[in-house]
Amino acid sequence: MRHPICEDDLHAWVDGRLGAARRGEVNTWLAEDPSRIERVEAWRSNAEALRSGYAALLEEPIPARLRAAVVRRKPLPALRFAAMVAWTTLGTLTGAGLGYHLGQSGSSDVDTLASLPHRAAVAHAVYAPEIRHPVEVSADQEQHLVAWLTKRLGAPVKLPDLHDQGFALLGGRLLPTPDGPGAQFMYENDGGRRLTLYLSVRDDGAATTAFRYAQQGDVGVFYWVDGRFAYALSGQFGRDTLLPLANSVYHQISP
Amino acid sequence: MFSDDALLAEIPRLRRYARGLTGDATRADDLVQDTLERALLKGRLWRPGNLRAWLLTMMHNVFVNQYRASGTMDFRPPEDLPEVAVRPQQTDAIELRELERALQQLSPEQREVLLLVTLEDMSYEDTAHILGIPIGTVMSRLSRARDRLRQVLAGQSAAPDYLKVVK
Repeated sequence: MRHPICEDDLHAWVDGRLGAARRGEVNTWLAEDPSRIERVEAWRSNAEALRSGYAALLEEPIPARLRAAVVRRKPLPALRFAAMVAWTTLGTLTGAGLGYHLGQSGSSDVDTLASLPHRAAVAHAVYAPEIRHPVEVSADQEQHLVAWLTKRLGAPVKLPDLHDQGFALLGGRLLPTPDGPGAQFMYENDGGRRLTLYLSVRDDGAATTAFRYAQQGDVGVFYWVDGRFAYALSGQFGRDTLLPLANSVYHQISP
Repeated sequence: MFSDDALLAEIPRLRRYARGLTGDATRADDLVQDTLERALLKGRLWRPGNLRAWLLTMMHNVFVNQYRASGTMDFRPPEDLPEVAVRPQQTDAIELRELERALQQLSPEQREVLLLVTLEDMSYEDTAHILGIPIGTVMSRLSRARDRLRQVLAGQSAAPDYLKVVK
């Protein structure tokens, strides 16, 4: 006995997924009524149009940003070696620059750490005075902010709460750093004075450093390394004001 | 973990599928980039098997999240689509444009099923797996998608939109 033809058979007919016997049965059924043929023929020719219409997209070169998304986290070993050689044997400004530039490869984290307060202070000076766009994602989307930055930095980002110290979160943004994507969180006190926390990811992991303090112009910066992150807390405050804030940040985010 | 090369090799197909889903080259590449980043983040969870189906599952999740978050990935009525005069240089470009406009008149759920089966040549079972829905739902969405596309394209060929714009 013949199984009745159902809708699933018609899709399988269109998609070429029927055995020969069943295909014959479907053909017979279709032939009984022109409107049946008209419907599945339209399905079939539209499927063909989709395949041919979109075929050219497969031949397009891969955009650089997508290629970079796949390969960027893995510096070439040859370059890492070259950076080490340049850094250790030449010791010139060029070598230091190269070592700094390729610091993400793990050959030297001393140099990226040395530049950390400067980078954090520059980021502070650029974004903290912004009236309309101080942050990319505002504090009312805190969960999204943390999830987004965790995804982009590739490591779990924690967002310290500084309410007890009188600073409310404004939000955060993604930042370029020599080690790839970094982040900046911005806080503001009742007087409208702002504090920024700069984060960058370090690939080589375990090291931890003590607090260090640097003065960059009128911006004070406390910075340290803890686990996979390097942190820098910046603001136009004195050392004595910043230290308890840095302590609070440290205690909230250390693993 | 899969190799970079294996991942790179999937990019053209991911871009094509994303283009069909979003109907826009830039948004499509954004979707692909988010998918790749998620895949790299979750790479350790991948077990040797069908990398393409796994990536398409990732893309589905990213797409659904974005579409829920923004609400803008939803059905767009034809009058909301950008009215750009098309210079009739390449017939295949016009054909693609017409298809994109037609696809945007399907619901995102219908579009996913139709594209996975038709463009990606996924089996109905794999399609159900990628989208996390029962196979019966795949088949009923496929019927609605195909009937809707037929209806839209039949209407368009009677009075092509790009001719109306150029006129």
